[in-house]
Amino acid sequence: MPLNRRTFMVKGVAAATVLSAPHVRADNHAGKPKVVVIGGGAGGATAARYIAKDSKGEIDVILVEPSRMYYTCFFSNLYIGGFRELSSIGHSYGGLTKGGVNVVHDWAVGVDRAAKTVSLAGGAVLNYDRLVLSPGIDFVDGAVPGWDVTSQNKMPHAYKAGSQSELLKAQVESMPQGGTFAMVAPPNPFRCPPGPYERISMVAHVLKETNPTAKIIIADPKPKFSKMALFQEGWADNYSGMVDWIGEEFGGGNVEVNADEMTLSIDGEVTKVDVCNVIPAMKAGRICELAGITEGNWAPVHAATMQSRVDENIHVLGDASAQGDMPKSGFSANSQAKVCAMAVRGALTGSKVFPAKFSNTCWSLIDTDNGVKVGATYEATDEKIAKVDGFISSTGEDAALRKATFEESVGWYAGITADMFGS
Amino acid sequence: MLAFLTSQIRMPALAALLFVAPQLAAEDIGDAKAGTEVWEHCSACHQIGQGATSGIGPHLNGIFGRAAGGLEGFDYSKGLIREGNNGLVWSLDKLDAYLENPKALVSDTRMSFDGLETKKERDDILAFLRQFSDNPQNIPEAPPTARTHEIVLPPEVLAIVGDSEYGEYLASECTTCHQIDGANEGIPSITHWPQEDFVVAMHAYKVKVRPHPVMQMMAGRLTDEEIAALAAYFEKLE
Ligand SMILES: Cc1cc2nc3c(=O)[nH]c(=O)nc-3n(C[C@H](O)[C@H](O)[C@H](O)COP(=O)(O)OP(=O)(O)OC[C@H]3O[C@@H](n4cnc5c(N)ncnc54)[C@H](O)[C@@H]3O)c2cc1C
Ligand code: HEC
Ligand code: HEC
Repeated sequence: MPLNRRTFMVKGVAAATVLSAPHVRADNHAGKPKVVVIGGGAGGATAARYIAKDSKGEIDVILVEPSRMYYTCFFSNLYIGGFRELSSIGHSYGGLTKGGVNVVHDWAVGVDRAAKTVSLAGGAVLNYDRLVLSPGIDFVDGAVPGWDVTSQNKMPHAYKAGSQSELLKAQVESMPQGGTFAMVAPPNPFRCPPGPYERISMVAHVLKETNPTAKIIIADPKPKFSKMALFQEGWADNYSGMVDWIGEEFGGGNVEVNADEMTLSIDGEVTKVDVCNVIPAMKAGRICELAGITEGNWAPVHAATMQSRVDENIHVLGDASAQGDMPKSGFSANSQAKVCAMAVRGALTGSKVFPAKFSNTCWSLIDTDNGVKVGATYEATDEKIAKVDGFISSTGEDAALRKATFEESVGWYAGITADMFGS
Repeated sequence: MLAFLTSQIRMPALAALLFVAPQLAAEDIGDAKAGTEVWEHCSACHQIGQGATSGIGPHLNGIFGRAAGGLEGFDYSKGLIREGNNGLVWSLDKLDAYLENPKALVSDTRMSFDGLETKKERDDILAFLRQFSDNPQNIPEAPPTARTHEIVLPPEVLAIVGDSEYGEYLASECTTCHQIDGANEGIPSITHWPQEDFVVAMHAYKVKVRPHPVMQMMAGRLTDEEIAALAAYFEKLE
């Protein structure tokens, strides 16, 4: 039966979905539509897995990621605190390969948006119909005077997990008795708003056991931070007298470091320190800049589809995107990836597209069995991903609730990593 | 034949239209740029932005999430202080009510201002003010920045709500925490439940009979149809 406009109207959506599928074709080559995903982290691994899984072979999915083992930043603080083994936060890409994703271990070094190609460090050039960028963060050059990436072996950031986390942990454990641990905290916006403060809690936990007269200083350019009341209560209750937070008001933003001398200057006052954890200001992973889709430090996107505002054939996920209200977290990146996967399939195969829903929860560990959380739900508006509801743990909660919250976070870790890598 | 072809070519675009339209379940508070003009009604008494201090009226930095009458050192009316002690925290709705008619919320308020009659003006000034309070990207616990409403799905979409594809999409939000293989460690398993038990549990979170804040939030934004689709999906999982 030839389908005329009238029967189309009557059959509505079902007809549209069924019929449109075989007729949408990749326009720059023959064969199945192609999706290239750059970055195999929280956003990229999830997007690659869902596009491959849900398109059931109708879309070719290539994931470009240099590392063979992805160490999650989430729970890397728990590793520093001695609550996790490093091996327990490392994940390989075998599950994705099994799930039909073509994983290419290489760096993406260029994007030609007109030709719709990605070039790799190894020389290969990949075509795409849709490109998904989830490269995470890089550091802003010169953000902390005296520090650049060549200083990271003396003054680690440990804000990309793996060897940096190992180094910082080893440094904390070999501090002299009564020594000083310093952190230079980053300005907004940055990856994982409670991350630096969870790290302080974990370092304090280690020092309390092994080096109880040690001191912790935080130089912070911000007047306040996420879960501030919860952390400050936790530090006072569990690590009394150990943690000194120097906020914006007291010159916490006016710092300079010297990695050879191991000194930190805060508002002109120079202190000799034993460990200096420098977490500089951040920006979108460099490939976003190379692709020409950034505005300022980040890549702006449309909320409902995570499409770049500069190029509709590119989607940007996770930390690299400027999307509105969601904090830069693994949970957020994973949530955005599912909305993106649905939009990409809709565009390339005509599959159904449902209203975008986003959510996030960030747990933090303050001390043994003492977990807290903050969470929210988000919807797409014309302008951005906007927060519509939320909750946060309260100060003064009882120990049983804090323990249950911690156990929940362990369950979440198992859940999200299975959701990312399809283990 | 020609008709056939045309409709085929049009379909992707049409399909996109059908589905993009209902996607916005939330709307921006208002137009912050237009709000800068409304601010001229306030600026004789209030300051906002970097370095703002209190004058005739209190400064309005961080007003969202601040307790009413909550700035230390400002000489508030008794009524506003009382409301603060009663637990009034400035949210979108409370500010909207106060700015529409200050006396309705606080009878003896010292703010001698008649109020903003039109909703558009209030929305725009609220969007303007919101920029000077905490941003949820940096402080996730900061107050919301948009108004939400239950998604009104158009009939075309409703017709497919019961189907497993919709359940599967909705479920992808749950599997960040609840594992698809039914693992039960720290977070309970939700696979293979009888649908009715599942629906009852979800509604208990939705109406806040069950206390857990994460699940209250997750269930709170789901419609009855969506809960049904999820129950069907998780029951039948392989
Ligand atoms: C200490 C710490 C604690 C944290 N705790 C939590 C937590 O408890 N909960 C939570 O939800 N989040 C947490 N986070 C945040 C979370 O780790 C990030 O928000 C999340 O990883 C962002 O995902 P992404 O996909 O944007 O980037 P990433 O996960 O960083 O992935 C980016 C990937 O892209 C690859 N890549 C980069 N450039 C290229 C290129 N040119 N070519 C190919 N590949 C490239 C990288 O190798 C990397 O694997 C924490 C972060 C830190 C630092
Ligand atoms: C004539 C001066 C005046 C004008 C004009 C005025 N206000 Fe006020 N406002 C005040 C005073 C005085 C108070 C303290 C009220 C009290 O103590 O009851 C106040 C209180 C408030 C509060 C509560 C603050 C708190 O800390 O609890 C808000 C919010 C507010 N004003 C917003 C506005 C906005 C928005 C406008 C413009 C649309 C505006 N006001 C116009 C004088 C003014
Ligand atoms: C952020 C993590 C998280 C997400 C996301 C989440 N849940 Fe939950 N869920 C939990 C936790 C934790 C509990 C235990 C709550 C309690 O103690 O009442 C729970 C409990 C439940 C229960 C009751 C289990 C029982 O044994 O009584 C159901 C049903 C459920 N969730 C369904 C869902 C559905 C459906 C979704 C997706 C729409 C979802 N959850 C998303 C964390 C989550």
